[in-house]
Parts: sequence; C-alpha cells; structure tokens
Amino acid sequence: MSAGDIGTGNAAVLPRARISAAIRNPQVAGEPAIVAFMTAGYPSAELFRTHLAAVAAGADVVEIGVPFTDPMADGVTIQRSSQAALQQGVSLRWILAELRAMQRPAAPLILMSYLNPLLNYGYARLATDAAAAGVCGFIVPDLPFDEGEELRAALDATGVALVQMVTPVTLEVRLAQICAASQGFVYAVTMTGTTGKSVDVPESVLDYLENVRQVAAPLPVCAGFGIRSRAQVERLRGHVDGVIVGSALVEVLERGDDPTTWLRTLRAGA
Amino acid sequence: MSMALPDPAARERLLADEIAGKFPDARGRFGPYGGRYVPETLIPALDRLEAGIRAHLHTPQFQARLGSELASWVGRPTALSFASRLSAAWGAQVWLKREDLAHTGAHKINNALGQALLAQQLGAQRIVAETGAGQHGVASAAACARLGLPCTVYMGAVDMERQAPNVGRMRLLGAEVVPVTGGDQTLRAAIDEALRDWVADPSGTFYLLGSAVGPHPYPYLVRELQAIIGREARAQFLQDQGVLPDAVFACVGGGSNAIGMFHAFVPDRSVQIVGVEAGGRGSGLGENAASLSYGRPGVLQGCYSLLLQDDDGQIQETDSISAGLDYPGVGPEHALLMTAGRVQYESANDAEALEALQECARLEGILPALESSHALHGVKRWARSHPGGRVILCLSGRGDKDMPTLQRTVLK
Repeated sequence: MSAGDIGTGNAAVLPRARISAAIRNPQVAGEPAIVAFMTAGYPSAELFRTHLAAVAAGADVVEIGVPFTDPMADGVTIQRSSQAALQQGVSLRWILAELRAMQRPAAPLILMSYLNPLLNYGYARLATDAAAAGVCGFIVPDLPFDEGEELRAALDATGVALVQMVTPVTLEVRLAQICAASQGFVYAVTMTGTTGKSVDVPESVLDYLENVRQVAAPLPVCAGFGIRSRAQVERLRGHVDGVIVGSALVEVLERGDDPTTWLRTLRAGA
Repeated sequence: MSMALPDPAARERLLADEIAGKFPDARGRFGPYGGRYVPETLIPALDRLEAGIRAHLHTPQFQARLGSELASWVGRPTALSFASRLSAAWGAQVWLKREDLAHTGAHKINNALGQALLAQQLGAQRIVAETGAGQHGVASAAACARLGLPCTVYMGAVDMERQAPNVGRMRLLGAEVVPVTGGDQTLRAAIDEALRDWVADPSGTFYLLGSAVGPHPYPYLVRELQAIIGREARAQFLQDQGVLPDAVFACVGGGSNAIGMFHAFVPDRSVQIVGVEAGGRGSGLGENAASLSYGRPGVLQGCYSLLLQDDDGQIQETDSISAGLDYPGVGPEHALLMTAGRVQYESANDAEALEALQECARLEGILPALESSHALHGVKRWARSHPGGRVILCLSGRGDKDMPTLQRTVLK
C-alpha cells in the first residue's frame, strides 16, 4: 500500500484503505481498535446476518471466517465452529451471496479463509465478487507472503487487501519483507501455537510488537491469537493499533450471549 | 482427469528437468506442484530443516552413519525375490522388492530412521509424527527408541481402532500415542494435529513426516531417504538378469514407497512405470482415495498437488480398505511425473486388492500389506497384455497388521 491509501474520506477510497482507516480511528479514541472474528454461519447459518450486525456493532473491523475442512492453524473452538458451519452448507459462495444481499454494517469486513476454497473459486472472480459484496480484505493463514504474489495481484485489481501475518519467530529480514507486502494492516501473531489458548502478555511480546510497529509503519499493526480479556487489551494498549479476538467471541456466540455487550467489556471503562 | 495436460514439448521439458535433478526448484516446486503453504510460524522451522538437509544429508559422515544403521539395524539391502508361482499364474515374470523384510515390517523405517538421525544432528528435543495405518508411527517410535529421542505420535481415533496392534507396538517402543478425535479421525486429521503440535514449538520440536507430502522440503527429504528402494532393486535386477526390467510397479497413497521405487528408474525410458492408487468402492467422490486418477489441483497440508475435493475446495473424506492409502492428496512429485507423462497412474479397488493379497499369500508364502496388494493387482492386470514381460513390484510392507481387516473380510 502507499500512504495515500489511508483514510482520505473521499468516495473513491479503496477497500483496503477502509481497513487501515477504521483501525487508525477506532470507535473509542485512545483505545486499540477491536477486530472481531466470527465463523460464518456459526452457530446458525440462518442467524448469520443478525450475528454479523451484532458483532459489527461492538467492533471496528469484522473478520468473517470461511469454514474449511482442515483448519491447521486453528485450535479446538474454531475447528468445531468450522465443522458445524460446513454441515449447514456454508461456503464461500454462500457467504458472498449473503453479504451482497444484506444491509452491510459500517465496520469494514475481512474474509479469513484457508487457501484452497479461494483457489477453487478462482482469483479473478474472487476479486470482483468480494469487492461487490463489500469485502475489504482477506487473511489467508496458510499463504505465506512468498507464495502470495498471484492472489495479491488479483486482489489488487479491485483494491482488496491481502493481510499478511508475522510471528515472534519471524526473522528480521523477512519481517521487513512481509510488512512491505501486507495491506490494510499487519497481523502480529502474539505466540507460537494455534488460535484460542489464553495467553498472558510478557514483556518480550511487547518488545516484539513495538518492533513490528516500527517496521510496518505507516501500516497499522494488530495483535492476535489468544486474546480474551480486558486485562490483555489494557496490557497491549499503546503497543499496538488493534487487537484481534477470535475464539473467545466464537464461544460467546456459541453460548447464545450478546456479542455486542461482550465486545464492549474489552473497551475502556467497561 | 480434469487437469489439462501440457503439450508434448512442455511435457518433455518437465521430464528433462526432472531427470536433470532440477526439482524441487528454489521455491520448493516440482514443476507447478509443491511449495510451502503453511502458517508463518512454521517458515523458520522449514528454513532450518532445509539448511540442515543441505548441511548434513549428503555428507560422507551422515551417509556412513545412516548406511551403517540401515545395514545392521534395519536389515538392508532387502531381498529381490523372483515370484515363480505368481509368475506362472499371471503369465509375466514377477520380482518382488521385499520392503516387508525391513525392520518394523515396511519401507517406512527408511525414512523414519533417516529423519530421526537428522533431527538428532539438528539438536531436536522431541519428535512428533502422524500415522495412518500405524506403520510410520511404529517406525518413528522404533527409530526414536534407537536414538533416545522422546516421540509423540498422532493417530486418528478410527485408525486406532482398525489398526489396534500397531498402537500397542508404538507404546511398547516408548512412544506416546495421542488419539485424534477431530476431523475425519484418520490420517488427514492426524497430520493436521501433528502440524498444530509443531506450530506450538517450532524450535524444539522436529516433525517427522511419514509420506512424500507436506510443505517443502519434506517431499524432497522423504524421496531422498526412500530412493534406496529403487537403487537397490535396479542394481539387484541388473546383476541377476543383465538387463533392466520392462516395468516397475508400486502402490500410491501419499506416495513414499512409490517415489522411492520409481526415482532410480525415471531416467530409464525403456522402463514403464506404474503407480496404483486405492480405488476403494468406486469412482464417485468419497468412494476411493485415488487423488491422481480422480483429483483436481489444490492446496492441502502445505503443498499444491492433486486432491480429492468438492467444487468449493472442501477436502473429501476418502474410502479404502487400506488405511495406509486412505488419504485425499498425493505427493507433488507424483503429480509432476503424471503431468510429464513419465508415470501412469491407475487404481485397484478393495476387492481386487483382497484377491491379489490371497494369491500372493498362497502362491509365494508372503502375506503382503493391503497397501502393497493394490500394486499386486496392477501387475496382474499388466501381465495379461505383457505375457512373459519382466516386472518388479515394490512389496512395501507385510500384512500382519491387516489381520483385523482380513478377519472381517476374506476369513469370515
């Protein structure tokens, strides 16, 4: 991306710039933006639109998970939700159709998908259909940046972001390459391991995030994997531009609790 | 076959590059197939593994250590047996490359031992492995016991039940066997779970992958460690017969015994090479495990290859009487060898494999694994159109592990 992409407020703003702008200007000033993840169609395909609206009401950016049979980067919660969504017939095609048909929330939407469903859909068609459905970006956990050229080029045609991930074990040279290639924001994984396990945030992680932030500038940085509480968000405040909550929110939806209320507990003054 | 084959000139170029040893290329690809489609967390671990392979695998010291263990502990070279009564029954001259005689009863030990030695050299603290039929799990457990490395094996709950004797063997060999209850509860789910374990500790843990699949450099590493099968067979046959065979056969699931058998013969253009996949119950989606015969290109568990999947790119459950072939993908080098037109891939169904197994047992006094029995059927079929032809078959493992299945089927 270029600095000119960022939130200019004009009507022709690129989808990927909407993501950066929403993270830079969160609902609650001075707080990290909340990027909220939900598996599409879980716990109920019928209630997808309702759940999406409720999640979006409490979040700055919404990540919608496209279910896949083999979610190798995910822990038990998202494995369970993916399987249940697939059983209800949820697919990338279905998600895009739902998004096209519904009144979309103000918060920018990102699709999180393993690569194979995207490959099968076809990259060129994906770029067009995603943009038409109001999707601003993609996160693809099994697509490291050096394998991502083709998808990045295809999405570029419609201004849709391909968000790249970095981890605490990513070496410095590669970190710079990934940050330069990423769009929308840089997804900083806070730990090694799969999604969903709660982690405390040691000093070394804050140092790592500070470093990513320096390298990534002007792109914002969001921290994810294992974030479930206000205490963690508070600890990360000032060190990142946004936090990503996934498994914990999926569990809230699973229990039938109100996602908007729960997301507010992550904010200041809750 | 839904894949468009490239024109003959392009095919010839791919084959020439394969024979010249240009694959995997710098990006870990065999032509269009292969690559590294993994979470970013694993990239440094794969880089270290690649550097470790480069630094050690082909050094005289490492090869001497591996060679000595292969000779004194695994029992290599394995025999090449002329199968006289099968030959008389089928009408071709059939030789069996006896990987069933290797320690732990299958070719899997060649790779497990090699990777465990490499892991030790690279300072790994612990080993994780996946297993389907249990043969790779047993081989990994044995190799780790031999080298004093802690070993954890992930195995699908369904497979633990149908291959119960191997679960006990792994535990006796000191490995921790972890049941996988997610996904399809077979090999594919076990690989997913092993990958998750590895993602949690990519620095201290070594992932000992059992087939010629997964992200680069695994398909290459497994091929290098299994290629001894074909090298031995080729030299043994030449010494015995003074010529090359007309054909070589192997069964293909992920494809490790097959790539090991085929590799030495790929440059020998007079030798026909045939891989036999698991045809299961039929040709419909979900009825077999024949990814090359019925699959389309896609990405699963780290590599771009041919997969059994639906129109949405969701991976399909597979069906085969043989747990070791029950996998919806296949190694990227096989996808290349098919695209380049060098290897033919066909399938044998459950009934055909069971019949070939019984013939081999009765006529040769060898109980083959259900996996290898698919290749036996392929040879039987080939013999009809090649009377008197000379063929080597990789008998990848012994069938003792299949007794529960055989009790339920042919012995009922």
